[in-house]
Amino acid sequence: MVEPAFKPGMMVRVRDIPVKGHMRTPAYVRGRQGWIEGLQGTFPNPERRAYGADGLPPVPLYLVRFRQSDLWPGYDGSDSLVLDIFEHWLERAEKTHGP
Amino acid sequence: MHDLGGLPAGPVERDEHDPGLAERRVDALMVLLMGHGVFNVDEMRRTIESLPPDIYERHDYYERWLLTIERLLIEKGVLTAEEIETRLRDQARHG
Repeated sequence: MVEPAFKPGMMVRVRDIPVKGHMRTPAYVRGRQGWIEGLQGTFPNPERRAYGADGLPPVPLYLVRFRQSDLWPGYDGSDSLVLDIFEHWLERAEKTHGP
Repeated sequence: MHDLGGLPAGPVERDEHDPGLAERRVDALMVLLMGHGVFNVDEMRRTIESLPPDIYERHDYYERWLLTIERLLIEKGVLTAEEIETRLRDQARHG
């Protein structure tokens, strides 16, 4: 069992790494901050399985919540968006805890 | 053709229809090939995403699946492009 690096409530930033090929994290959240809503479990890495590898060891998959206003220019609504994001896409953000 | 989130787009087409026989067959083919481990869902996603944009746009949902199955079967060495072409020609000739 892989020990998850993040706990619910922690602020995270989505890594803005140039990736070619199959990826499971949409471009519009890269570089943006959100917070960990919960852990979905650990799963073989689909971005490696897409190329014939077994994707092991399994990677923790989180529910990450973003403010929509942090994602879309000129948007001032108060709603949020929750995405499944694998741990290798996340790093600790400066702010340590979400709202 | 993937990762379109946030890009300008028209309205969502909500035109539903019952799948026809060909579409059901493509669906069955996909389920069987993945169920037997010929390829996995991530390879399927990688392949459908990498269809050239003009081909992707020109085909509907299950046609894209069929193109994806064809590409993966060639990639995996199950069929060759020549075998598929030959079979299609024979089918066209004999009806």
